[in-house]
Amino acid sequence: MSTSTPSAPPGTEDPPPARAAPRRGRRDPARTGWRRALRRDWQLYSLAVLPLLFFLVFRYLPMIGNVIAFRRFEPGGSIFGEEWVGLRYVQMFLNDPTFWQVFRNTLWIGGLTLLFCFPVPIVLALLLNEVRRRSLKRFVQSVSYLPHFLSIVIVAGITMQMLASDGPVNHLLGWFGHDPIRFIQEPEWFRTIYVGSEIWQTAGWGTILYLAALTTIDEDLYEAVRIDGANRWQQIWHVTLPGIRPTMVTLLILNIGTFMAVGFEKVLLLYNPLTYPTADVISTYVYRSGVESNSFSYAAAIGLFEAIIGLVLITSANQLSRRTVGTSLW
Amino acid sequence: MVKPSRSYRVFQGVNGVVLTLVVLVTLYPFVNIIARSFSGERQIRAGEVTLLPKGFNPTTYEIVFQDSMFWRNYGNTVLYTVVATAVAMVLTTCYAYVLSKKHLKGRGLLVGIAVFTMFFTGGLIPNYVLVTNLGLKNTLWAIALPNAISVFNLLVMKAFFESLPGELEEAAQIDGLSTYGILLRIVLPLSKAVVATMVLFYSVSFWNSWFSAFLYLDSSELMPVTVYLRNLISGATTGGNAGAADAQLSQVGANIQAVTIVLTSLPILCVYPFVQRYFVSGVMLGAVKG
Repeated sequence: MSTSTPSAPPGTEDPPPARAAPRRGRRDPARTGWRRALRRDWQLYSLAVLPLLFFLVFRYLPMIGNVIAFRRFEPGGSIFGEEWVGLRYVQMFLNDPTFWQVFRNTLWIGGLTLLFCFPVPIVLALLLNEVRRRSLKRFVQSVSYLPHFLSIVIVAGITMQMLASDGPVNHLLGWFGHDPIRFIQEPEWFRTIYVGSEIWQTAGWGTILYLAALTTIDEDLYEAVRIDGANRWQQIWHVTLPGIRPTMVTLLILNIGTFMAVGFEKVLLLYNPLTYPTADVISTYVYRSGVESNSFSYAAAIGLFEAIIGLVLITSANQLSRRTVGTSLW
Repeated sequence: MVKPSRSYRVFQGVNGVVLTLVVLVTLYPFVNIIARSFSGERQIRAGEVTLLPKGFNPTTYEIVFQDSMFWRNYGNTVLYTVVATAVAMVLTTCYAYVLSKKHLKGRGLLVGIAVFTMFFTGGLIPNYVLVTNLGLKNTLWAIALPNAISVFNLLVMKAFFESLPGELEEAAQIDGLSTYGILLRIVLPLSKAVVATMVLFYSVSFWNSWFSAFLYLDSSELMPVTVYLRNLISGATTGGNAGAADAQLSQVGANIQAVTIVLTSLPILCVYPFVQRYFVSGVMLGAVKG
């Protein structure tokens, strides 16, 4: 395996640190015990200490911290709560009409996002793929990626400016003799606004992986179906779409996994008490009950419920896709 | 090549129109916001501003420039971005390097510990309780530490390290360099491209972030500029329960928002043309492995 020979000119080499164990162990990599691994690679393991600490403290401790959903919690007390209270908080939210309202809203917004924001990048990528002039294609790509790089606060700000009573959208409505609409204050507009701004922000960036997959499709396949007399549409249907299917399925699974989480930050920025009836989702309700009203256990119970649904969704989507189309994340 | 049929030429025409519309719809809001930021209050109120400023009025910029809170928050954004990116780079690089060593015992477990957090997280409330109990509230560590490693970036970097030829490292090892020495003097100089990409990924995301600050910082003096902007926006929708920074400015409303939007996105817009391709290649690299 090691083809290189000791090549350092004599005298210039650093003396090897005393404790840096020689890697002779590599000769018999079969079954080295932990002790030997530690002795040989302790420097590598030492590099992993701080990152592991990060994961344990900031990722795994909060997971365990979810026990406060079943325990009484006092602000300033232990992060794991004071005493067991069983399913009290679960029963509480199951009997809370607001919970069911935000649950419905979450399904609505998540469903609409999946329905619209998932296919748009595919269509856009197919259209871009048909562009012959490389410079033109590149220009359209660069422009359409741009919104992805902006802060969500800026996207929300721009959305509101566009929809303001003096903004361009109402200006356009004015041309058609329509009275200005107070979009941001009207509950029936919220879902449209949310999905619209989501498409504006993510559609371009979402094409990247599809465009990459499109370049990997073998040109010979197109040639073959063309000889069989396939027209453009049939080529897309029989060659292009099957070619990007693994990418589509992977992204679909990921989208289903984040279904319940919906764009929490965007909703938080765009909604207001007037639009709560359609805009308030589980995550924003968790935020308000926990951080604003200090009902930490209650909010944690709802949050845990949401996370578990998310995990179940992504696992079952993954299983289903592994069985049916043979593509899966793990 | 078969000569294009008439229907295909029609399709090309339609495609051109659709893509032009995509470009226009994407760019128009930016143009409009810039036009608004330079327009007169009356012209904005009347809905006259579309592509070009109407009633040219740079005074809104002066008002924002004179607001010390704006500058303070802007400075905070710079500080938080630099510190958080530095912390994130150190932790991510170390862990990615460890994970890239195929022979390492327990490597699978170390990868699993990271990847599992992509699919299941503790959630808002336990995180909030944790950060509060650690005493990190109202410090910049509340922003830098809880988001120090993005698993996606970690996997991108790991994939890159794995693609480096092993011979160089082996030679360096025989020359007596320690693991730290190899990482610093051999691997990182060979990885300038991926390091630059990761710095960009992290700094853009920290520059843009607002929620950690909104959640964990209490005083408006500590806020990054994104929260400053958020307070302006929320003041506009809820009829003015925004922060103190907003109060003295509320009379000029819409322009202020436009100006702040322009000034906050300016750094991103300036570097965007040059860094865009790094982002694209980074995402591809991550997609192959992730």
